[in-house]
Amino acid sequence: MSQTKKELLVDPLVDNNPITLQVLGICSALAVTSSLQVAFVMALAVTFVTAFSSMFISILRNQIPGSIRIIVQMVIIASLVILVDQILKAYAFQISKTLSVFVGLIITNCIVMGRAEAFAMKNPPMASFIDGIGNGLGYGLILMLVGFIRELFGSGSLFGATILQTVNNGGWYVPNGLLLLPPSAFFVIGLLIWAFRTWKPKQVEEREYKIQQVEAH
Amino acid sequence: MSDTQSPEPKGAIAKFLAASPDSVGKTIFVAVAICLVASMIVSAAAVSLRPVQEANKLKDKQVNVLQVAGVYEPGINVTEAFAAFEPHVLDLATGEFVDDQFDPASFDDIAAASNPELSVALDDDPAGIGRKSKYRVIYLLRDEAGALDKVVLPLHGYGLWSTLYGFIALESNGNDIFGLQFYQHGETPGLGAEVDNPRWKALWNGKKLRDEAGDLQITVAKSQPAAGPDFYIDALAGATLTSVGVDNLVKFWMGDAGYGPFLTKLQAGEI
Repeated sequence: MSQTKKELLVDPLVDNNPITLQVLGICSALAVTSSLQVAFVMALAVTFVTAFSSMFISILRNQIPGSIRIIVQMVIIASLVILVDQILKAYAFQISKTLSVFVGLIITNCIVMGRAEAFAMKNPPMASFIDGIGNGLGYGLILMLVGFIRELFGSGSLFGATILQTVNNGGWYVPNGLLLLPPSAFFVIGLLIWAFRTWKPKQVEEREYKIQQVEAH
Repeated sequence: MSDTQSPEPKGAIAKFLAASPDSVGKTIFVAVAICLVASMIVSAAAVSLRPVQEANKLKDKQVNVLQVAGVYEPGINVTEAFAAFEPHVLDLATGEFVDDQFDPASFDDIAAASNPELSVALDDDPAGIGRKSKYRVIYLLRDEAGALDKVVLPLHGYGLWSTLYGFIALESNGNDIFGLQFYQHGETPGLGAEVDNPRWKALWNGKKLRDEAGDLQITVAKSQPAAGPDFYIDALAGATLTSVGVDNLVKFWMGDAGYGPFLTKLQAGEI
């Protein structure tokens, strides 16, 4: 094992972030980031599911037959997601109403499957668990950044508390309605990726094409 | 070797764990075992958390009754505020209360819709609900002097993906709409789910169901019908089918197959 536990936890935050570097889990990042509270619960849920699914899959990794490994992984992930969904419905009903389908869609979140297949199938349980937490936090970090920008400038509040008094409520701030719509998350994530890659030029991918040089006659 | 190996039986089980996971027997065993364990965990969670979830749902429904009648404020004691509402079981066909037959506090009119004895199959079914319960639980809100202030009626119908469940609040004259609100639906977030948008919900306030001739005129549409602005709610942009669904379900429940007989009585001042 070349990576230490600390690296496993910290690496996915910036250097190997699942959203900005691997560009996974974009769908839910668009859908749940219009308010910070929802983004926060979603980040917690994904972290929980990624960590425990990685751990259980890693525990079973020597027993999982290669031919049905994806299905076995899916069953484990899906069970954990249903568990999270049931707990949210019982103890955070309003939030579960807002998250509605997106909790169920954690099942198809590429980050969870990606960590299971790429890491947990080859590494011991503890390392897989930490790797899952790290990736969940990396996902959560981007979610919170995007949510911060979208909620602050889209509705003038943070975690539901008014920061910029909007015109509708007798203040001065004219909210940017675009930021509440899903496409705005694309712009924000795009800008974040740009910022990350300017900060860490190593993340810039090599071009897959080459502009052909035509000799001048 | 597996990390989950149990310590006592060294013989057959240890051999089984050490066997190649790709053999047919082991593949089937792992598949069955995973499914069994996963289904047990999931069903245990679902069963043990159900009472809490049901309580949440009930409270959410009560909050929605309060909201649609305009008495909800954040932080309010829901149970206490809800106690101000008088629940009644209404016989839709006659418009009479049948509280002596059913207990309004526990009667479940959604469940009754699938009970053959308590419901009727609909031939003409614009709301897309298949069967209609003959009885529904409605709520009356009286002012301090005891005079009828508002009536909250449940309604539901099919939108684009899902059945929308909601309440409509009417003024005591039985014709003026105070508000409409859905408490459960699965419409597209950002499009059909805009039925929850406070600005759109506010459009319903002050609209009328019937014109002076007594014809049901209330309409959700893209452009204003001939009946005039008092009967018109602008449809949701980008959610044509949800809007059509809401239009149909409001017309159905406010019409003769729905609360028509009750509303007639209400207008005559017999409630």
